Amino acid sequence: MQYIPNIIFVIALIAGIGYFTKNIRKVIRNIRLGKDVDRTDNKKERFSNMMRIAFGQSKMVRRPIAGILHVIVYIGFIIINIEVLEIIIDGIFGTHRIFRFLGGFYDFLIGSFEILALLVLVSVFIFWIRRNVININRFKSLKGWPKNDGNIILYFEVVLMTLFLTMNAADLQLQNLGADHYMKAGAYPVSQYISPLFNGLSEGALVLIERVAWWMHIIGILIFLNYLYFSKHLHILLAFPNTYYGDLKPKGQMDNLEAVTKEVMLMMDPNADPFAAPPEDEAEVEPEKFGASDVMDLNWVQLLNSYTCTECGRCTSECPANQTGKKLSPRKIMMDTRDRLQEVGDNIDNNGSFVDDGKQLLNDYITQEELWACTSCNACVEACPVSIDPLSIILDMRRYLVMEQSAAPSDLNNMMSNIENNGAPWPFNQMDRLNWNQE
Amino acid sequence: MSETVKVPTMAEYMAEGKKPEVLFWVGCAGSFDDRAKKITKAFVKLLHNANVDFAVLGTEESCTGDPAKRSGNEFLFQMQAVTNIEVMNAYEIKKVVTACPHCFNTLKNEYPALGGDYEVMHHTQFLKSLLDEGRLTVEGGKFKGKRITFHDPCYLGRANNVYEAPRDLLRKLEVELIEMKRCKRNGLCCGAGGAQMFKEPEPGIKDVNIERTEDALETKPDIIAAGCPFCNTMMTDGVKNKEKEDSIEVMDVAELIANAQDL
Repeated sequence: MQYIPNIIFVIALIAGIGYFTKNIRKVIRNIRLGKDVDRTDNKKERFSNMMRIAFGQSKMVRRPIAGILHVIVYIGFIIINIEVLEIIIDGIFGTHRIFRFLGGFYDFLIGSFEILALLVLVSVFIFWIRRNVININRFKSLKGWPKNDGNIILYFEVVLMTLFLTMNAADLQLQNLGADHYMKAGAYPVSQYISPLFNGLSEGALVLIERVAWWMHIIGILIFLNYLYFSKHLHILLAFPNTYYGDLKPKGQMDNLEAVTKEVMLMMDPNADPFAAPPEDEAEVEPEKFGASDVMDLNWVQLLNSYTCTECGRCTSECPANQTGKKLSPRKIMMDTRDRLQEVGDNIDNNGSFVDDGKQLLNDYITQEELWACTSCNACVEACPVSIDPLSIILDMRRYLVMEQSAAPSDLNNMMSNIENNGAPWPFNQMDRLNWNQE
Repeated sequence: MSETVKVPTMAEYMAEGKKPEVLFWVGCAGSFDDRAKKITKAFVKLLHNANVDFAVLGTEESCTGDPAKRSGNEFLFQMQAVTNIEVMNAYEIKKVVTACPHCFNTLKNEYPALGGDYEVMHHTQFLKSLLDEGRLTVEGGKFKGKRITFHDPCYLGRANNVYEAPRDLLRKLEVELIEMKRCKRNGLCCGAGGAQMFKEPEPGIKDVNIERTEDALETKPDIIAAGCPFCNTMMTDGVKNKEKEDSIEVMDVAELIANAQDL
C-alpha cells in the first residue's frame, strides 16, 4: 500500500507526457505538410541567431516594459524547471527534497526559485493589467478565444506559482516543528511570510496542505504542458527552431520561383521547339501550382511560423496598413494560417488522409482585401521577436491570385500590362527612356 | 530646363570600345516621372562633378520587374529580369548604381539567382564612397543649419540595412539632422511599396503617406529628405495635403548635395 502514491505519480507522469508527445507529433506532421525549403545552410549563423534571439531574448527587449517582464517570466520558467526535476524524482521514489544533499547550494537554489516565483507573480499581474485594463490596442483587438487563451495562460502561472509557494510555506512550518520526513533544508525568503498563515495548525493539517499543494503543483504543470498544444503558447518550445530556421537573406529579397524560372528560360531559349510534345514521363504530371491558396502550398518554415506565433501583436502594431485602418493584420495572417493548418490536420486525423472540405486558406480565412493592402515594407518581419515572416505568406498568396486566377486589382493589371508592353509601370514608350536628358 | 548634360549610353561606349566605371540604372520613375527626373539630373550633375566615368542603358533599359514581383506576378518579373540581365551581361557590366531603392533591392538581391551578378549600390552609398575617396566634396552651402529629417525608404533601410550612408551625406551638409520618432529599422513606410504606388489604397481611416507625413511634420523640418522617388512622391503629396508645401520641401539627398553647391 505504501507505494500507491508512487504508482499514481508515475501513471500521471506517463499520461501527461504521453498525451503531450502524441500532440507534438501531430504538430510535426502538420508542419511537414508544407513544401520543402532548404534551411540547412550556414549552421553557425543559424545557431547564433537562435542563441541571440530566442535564448537571449534580444528582440523582446526592444519594447522595454513588455520585454523585461517577459525576460523575468522566461527566466522563471527555465530556472524553476530545476525544481520540477526534483519533484519528479521525489514523486517516483517517494523521497522528499532529494537535492537536499547539496547543502548551502540547495538553500541558494530554493531561495532563488522563490524570489523568481514572486517576480513572476508580479510580472504576470502586470501582464494581466496590460491585457485587460490598460488600453493597449494589440491586446484590446483580441476577442473571444484568443483573448481568453492569453488570460488562461496567465491564470495558470498564478496558480502554479502560488501552489509552489504554499507548498514551501507548509514545508517550512513542518521543518520548524521537526516533523517526521521534513528535514531542515532550503531557504524560504518569500514563503516565510506566507508561513505564519499556518500558525497553530496541527502537523496532520500541515502535511495535508503541503501534500495537496505538491500534488496540485505537479499535476498543474502536466496540465499546462498539455494545454500548450491547444493554445497559442507553443512558442516556449518552437521559438528555438523557428529562430534557427529563420530566413537569413536580406529582408528585401524575395525568393524567385524555380518553376517559373524553368518556364521563362524555355520561353527565352531561341533553340526551344515551341511545338515539341512533352516528354512521355512528364505528360501525366499535373503542372505545379503557382503561389499559395491553402496551407499545403506554403513551405514548412511558414507553417512552423504559424505554430510559433504567440499572438503578441507587435507585427500588427507596426503594420502601416493596419495603423491606417485597413483590414490587413500580419498577426491575423499567422493565426489564420495556424487555424487552417489545424483544421487540415484534424481532417487527416479523422479521415486517414486529407479529404477535400471545400475550404481553403484564401477567402475562407484570409480575404483578398487583406492581401492587397500590404506595402511589403517588412515592418512586421522586423517587429517579430521570434523571426516569423508574415510577408512571405502574403506574397505567396498574391502569387496565386495573380498567376493562377488573374485576380489582381484592375489598377495593378494596368501596371503589369504596361510593364509587359513598354517596359515601365506607366504607359510611356521605352524609346523615350532617355528623353529626361533633353528636357 | 534647357541645359543638357552629356549622358553617354552603353551602346555608345561599346561602339567606342570603352567600358564605363559604373552603369547608372535610371529606373522607370527616374526616366518618366517629372519629379523623379529632377533627381536623375541632380545625380548626373554630381557624377560629372566627381568625374565619374558612367553610362546609362537608355532605351535598352526596362523595368526591373519589382512592382510585378511584389504584386505576385513572378512570370512578368522573371521575364523582365532575364531580359535586363541579357542586356547587362552583353555589356559585361560589373558595377551598377541607382537612385531607386526598389531597383537597388531587385538588382542586388533577386537578379543573381537568375544570372545577373553585379556590384549594386544605392546612389547615397555611391556618393558616400566618392566622398570618402575625395572625388566629391560636400559642403553645407545654402542648407547649412536647416532642419532636415530623413525618411528611410523600406527597401533601402529594413530591406537591406542601409541606414547611415544617406545620413552621413546629410551631416556633411552641416544641416541639423533631426530623426523622426520612427526611424531606421522602425521607420514607417511611405505607403508606396509592394506595388501600392500603382493602385488605390484599400478602405481605411487614413492614407499611409499622411500618417508618415505627420511623423515628419512633428520634427518641424525645413526639408524632408528622401532617398527614393516613390517615397518622394508620397511625402510630397502628404505635405500638400497638410498645406505645408510653401514652407517644407521634399528633396532627394542627391538634390540636396547638388543644390547646396549650385551645380
